[in-house]
Amino acid sequence: MKAPNDNYFYIPQIKRRNQKAAIFKYLTVLAIVFSISFLVFFLVDIVRAGYPAFTQTYIKIEVSINDEVVENPYGAVNGKQLKIISRAWLRDLPLLIKANPSWINTKQEFWALANSEVDQYLKGKESRTSERDRAYVDELKNDGKVELKFNTLFLLSGDSKIPENSGIYSAIIGSLLTMIVTIAIAFPIGVMTAIYLEEFAPENKLTHIIEVNINNLAAIPSILFGLLGLAIFINFFGVPRSSPLVGGMTLALMSLPVIIVSSKAALKSVPASIRQAGFGLGLTKWQIVRDHVLPVAMPGILTGSIISIARAIGETAPLIIVGMIAFVPDAATSFSDAATVLPAQIFTWAGMPEKAYLERTAAAIVVLLVLLLSLNAVAIYLRKKFERKW
Amino acid sequence: MLLFASLISVMTTFGILLSIIFEALHFFQTQSVSYFLFGLEWSPDTAFLEGAGRADAASAQAKFGAVPIFAGTFYITIMAMILAVPVGLMSAIFMSEYATPKLRAQVKPFLEILAGIPTVVYGFFAALTIAPAIVKFFALFGIEAQYQNALSCGIIMGVMIIPFISSLSDDVISSVPQNMRNGAYALGMNKAETIRFVVLPSAMPGIIASILLAVSRALGETMIVVMAAGLRPNLTWNPLEDMTTVTVKIVESLTGDQEFNNPLTLSAFALGFVLFVVTLIINIISVSTIRSFHRKYKVSTL
Repeated sequence: MKAPNDNYFYIPQIKRRNQKAAIFKYLTVLAIVFSISFLVFFLVDIVRAGYPAFTQTYIKIEVSINDEVVENPYGAVNGKQLKIISRAWLRDLPLLIKANPSWINTKQEFWALANSEVDQYLKGKESRTSERDRAYVDELKNDGKVELKFNTLFLLSGDSKIPENSGIYSAIIGSLLTMIVTIAIAFPIGVMTAIYLEEFAPENKLTHIIEVNINNLAAIPSILFGLLGLAIFINFFGVPRSSPLVGGMTLALMSLPVIIVSSKAALKSVPASIRQAGFGLGLTKWQIVRDHVLPVAMPGILTGSIISIARAIGETAPLIIVGMIAFVPDAATSFSDAATVLPAQIFTWAGMPEKAYLERTAAAIVVLLVLLLSLNAVAIYLRKKFERKW
Repeated sequence: MLLFASLISVMTTFGILLSIIFEALHFFQTQSVSYFLFGLEWSPDTAFLEGAGRADAASAQAKFGAVPIFAGTFYITIMAMILAVPVGLMSAIFMSEYATPKLRAQVKPFLEILAGIPTVVYGFFAALTIAPAIVKFFALFGIEAQYQNALSCGIIMGVMIIPFISSLSDDVISSVPQNMRNGAYALGMNKAETIRFVVLPSAMPGIIASILLAVSRALGETMIVVMAAGLRPNLTWNPLEDMTTVTVKIVESLTGDQEFNNPLTLSAFALGFVLFVVTLIINIISVSTIRSFHRKYKVSTL
């Protein structure tokens, strides 16, 4: 190859222009790489912060059970042990004894829940345990009396002021109930609206207003839906505060526009020939829509709805406004009970001073993200499976 | 029945508007509108604090000057945009102009995941990882940053906004007709020049509209700010201090134990009203711009 200067086709300006073009291209690649590496860093960081919460320290202790213990469970262990064992476990001890009356006046061995500071110490984190307690825990550990077990409490108990006893169960139930309300309201109304606008609506002022409205509604900040829920549902209609009912209604109004827009798109993609064939057979417009257009459009409608529901599950701000950050230790049993939802639980825990809540917050986030990602995966699967080119 | 269903969305909009206006009017019956819009001090608790010390009637009045709150809102939004606009736009250019369909299909899900992460999670991440990192970073230069700082909030909000800008701009850039590119190539432009001098200028109205939509998204963002930027209205240019926004004040004034008719509670609705009006105007401008853009190039995806 010749040196550039001997090359007749070498023009410095073009070289400079091509360099500029290459730089521009690298900048665009850089932008994408930035987003992806942020995502990876973010996920790794959250999982790293959250995975310790999935195990928990248990300590083997021997308790001599008698009536006194039932009266005052805190006296069942000696002072040294009292400092490292969870008060929540001791509090529940009488219940355990009542369930097993034959234990009275015997000695029993238990794997007792350790308190959160000991737990943090054993996980190698910052902890407020005293030197003496640490030495005692180390001694027990050498005897094989300390164990990290899978944290079932995190998944099976509700919120608690005692960190080692707190879990996401009640928040999950709350989220579930709220979502049931949201789906029950938003899905039928959204689909009906889409059917009306796409299939039946005449072109007039009213439908134009509706269309513009839906677009605007989709872009209104979510917190304003919270204000609506507070002013109208709670103060005007008297729906109980903090309940899945009011939360679900608020979220339903929020997710309506997304469902409507995606359902409209799904209905639009159904070819006109299907409708014309129906007319040819003498069906009414409603019959055609119900029996032919809707079933064909259903996968598309479901995809859009799942995505909007996934968005609603992660929503926090409007729910805080309608009071769903209440401290709720027990899972709600009806739609009008006070409840909390997973994102609100995350928000509450994030503000707690105890270190043990930090890993729980991250772990709850991991659970939430897994939930959302799998919902999105279902949506993508549906879209792929029923994708059709007409 | 079907018509009624579709009227629900209209009723929702009016419900939001009416409920907010109604309560905001309650608020303005006791507080002055001009001070709300132009006052420099937001201290609703002074009445409470004065009980302990000075008791002169003039300063015992709670003050609802919303300028520091609006300033914080716009400041954080601007920071988010400084990050999100270049990154989002460049990503969109990559996706629509450079990426092969296969690569595009592989990269797009990442941006979609970024868009699907709940904001409370972003807020936790900002407070847990980004804010301490910023404090440490500036400590290297001997600058003191607060743990609740506007910068960390701006960065994370910017990241949150990236997918919105990129997907909308991607859509807009893809709808610029291929003929225009071919014309540019025929004149001897290379690809980057074509994008910079032909594609981007003709897509500009649509891109600006997508940025506007992203701005309205940032103005209404709550959880990131609540968790990372603080609760104190603070009129400052320093991004390393704490700051607050309209949405945070709404949350804060509605989560306390006050009576519903307390001016503090009602102030949330006044703030909400301003937020509603601002975002509505921005949305209408941007949606109509994108529409006219699509009409100009005869594509109808919106």
